[in-house]
Amino acid sequence: MSRRRVLPGLHLSLGITLFYVAFIVALPLGALIFKAASLGPEDYWRIVSSPRAVASYRVTVLCALGATAFNLVFGMALAWVLVRYRFPGRRLVDAIVDLPFALPTAVAGIALTALFAQNGWFGSALAPLGITVAYTPLGIIVAMIFTSLPFIVRTVQPVLEDLDPALEEAAQTLGGSDGAIFMRIILPLLAPALLAGVSLSFARSLGEFGAIIFIAGNQPFETEITALLAFIRLEEYDYQAAAAIASVLLITAFVMLAVTNLIQARALRYMDRSRS
Amino acid sequence: MSRARHAKPPRVGDSPAIRRALIASVLVVGAFLIFAPLVVILYQAFSKGFGFFAETISDPDTRHAIFLTVATALIAVPINTAFGIAAAWAITKFDFRGKRLLLVVIEIPFSISPIVAGVAYLFVYGLQGLFGPALDTAGIKILFALPGIVLASMFVTAPFVARELIPLMQAQGRDLEEAATSLGASGWRTFFSVTLPNIRWALLYGVVLCNARVMGEFGAVSVVSGNIRGQTNTLPLHIELLYHDYNTVGAFAAASILTVLAIVTIIAKVLLERQGAGRGGRPALAAPKAPPSQGHAP
Repeated sequence: MSRRRVLPGLHLSLGITLFYVAFIVALPLGALIFKAASLGPEDYWRIVSSPRAVASYRVTVLCALGATAFNLVFGMALAWVLVRYRFPGRRLVDAIVDLPFALPTAVAGIALTALFAQNGWFGSALAPLGITVAYTPLGIIVAMIFTSLPFIVRTVQPVLEDLDPALEEAAQTLGGSDGAIFMRIILPLLAPALLAGVSLSFARSLGEFGAIIFIAGNQPFETEITALLAFIRLEEYDYQAAAAIASVLLITAFVMLAVTNLIQARALRYMDRSRS
Repeated sequence: MSRARHAKPPRVGDSPAIRRALIASVLVVGAFLIFAPLVVILYQAFSKGFGFFAETISDPDTRHAIFLTVATALIAVPINTAFGIAAAWAITKFDFRGKRLLLVVIEIPFSISPIVAGVAYLFVYGLQGLFGPALDTAGIKILFALPGIVLASMFVTAPFVARELIPLMQAQGRDLEEAATSLGASGWRTFFSVTLPNIRWALLYGVVLCNARVMGEFGAVSVVSGNIRGQTNTLPLHIELLYHDYNTVGAFAAASILTVLAIVTIIAKVLLERQGAGRGGRPALAAPKAPPSQGHAP
């Protein structure tokens, strides 16, 4: 990058940026880490490894895995349909995919609960089949599916749009079946985007709170997610426990962020290469 | 429809059976998963008639919640927008060390649970936090009041404007601004007459998304607000309160306001995307969207 003239505004813009980042983002997170660290290793470990906390990790992680697995398949299918096919209402569907991002999580939570409660539209239809969604782990999964649905669609969509038709055509002239071409040509090309979408979706599910607390039964050991446990400890004025459990969520988020960045960096490099 | 493209050979998955099956299954699942919640909100909100709906909406507590939500957005969104512009200007117009770290830190709130954000703010401004005791003696109330709600909202939406502007301004380069300043324009003039016209749609896009999130934020705000009815309840918190009071219709009536906001947000998003906004801000793999001739930045 050659750069002769220097534009004005470095000090002002960088000053505002650093102040905001330090004051709004870094300071609270630092305070949280400081609070958790002041517990001492023994107390910290006792809190974060308590049976109720461990049960909440299990519920959160398993439900997030379930929701992400569903979104991997459905998000991929949705992206495929939106990019590859033309049908009436396609633009409406494309727009409405963003609803889970635009709709406040509390609103999503009560709406999903109303649908899946015993007397709700879906709940009453599922009851004869012996399936209960509301106030069970299934409800948590449904809420997570809803709130993280757009991630995989929106990461896969642009890559699918840019896919070079020549690759498919070459495979077709060589006699590849649709299934084989999808599995051996298209899927590997989509893999980095899928992986990025999956990690974003999983991270979002781990941290989701608003949509879940309405539809989950919030029973300790069974349907209590980690974010809720931190909130409950706070309401009990047990600030140390709240700090410790929140720090677990924070560390998990950092790990997921690192993983996502790594995947994206690799994906971008990969795409740069396939482009040239 | 597909016959219109007869010149091209069929691509993978173009066989009518697969096509129909995929479209149908995606539409059915989508209708259950995304469309049904929308319908149920409006259905429930008006299930006791329009009169009851109007009554709930005009209830003083609900009105105060609406007021507080709008007030929060009126403070948090402009500040956040100023930050987003400043961050994008600093990051795209200058080279300095630690830029990548700065980018990562700006993105952090996006991947953190809102509950963690709320708890973190408690340990800054709460009585058991860093500044809490000093603020208490000075008589300044941050938590369980509007400032706390605004701060928590600013945290969760910190990346929203910046992440729309940075990829776009990165792709646009610095040439135009450098030309303007070399012709004698001041920094502000350069920004307002050269940069701003080029980024206005992306900026508006970021602002719209930021506003939607601020008005709808639940987790972080529920920790810092204290949930005082008629005082520190924002609209999403008020929905929870009504819901737990077994006033389901009231909760859905209040929820329908935020649902309308969500629909308006999506319409604005679609319109702005037609102006070319939003491409750069997609969650991942945004960079290859830049014109390939440009060569790649860092």
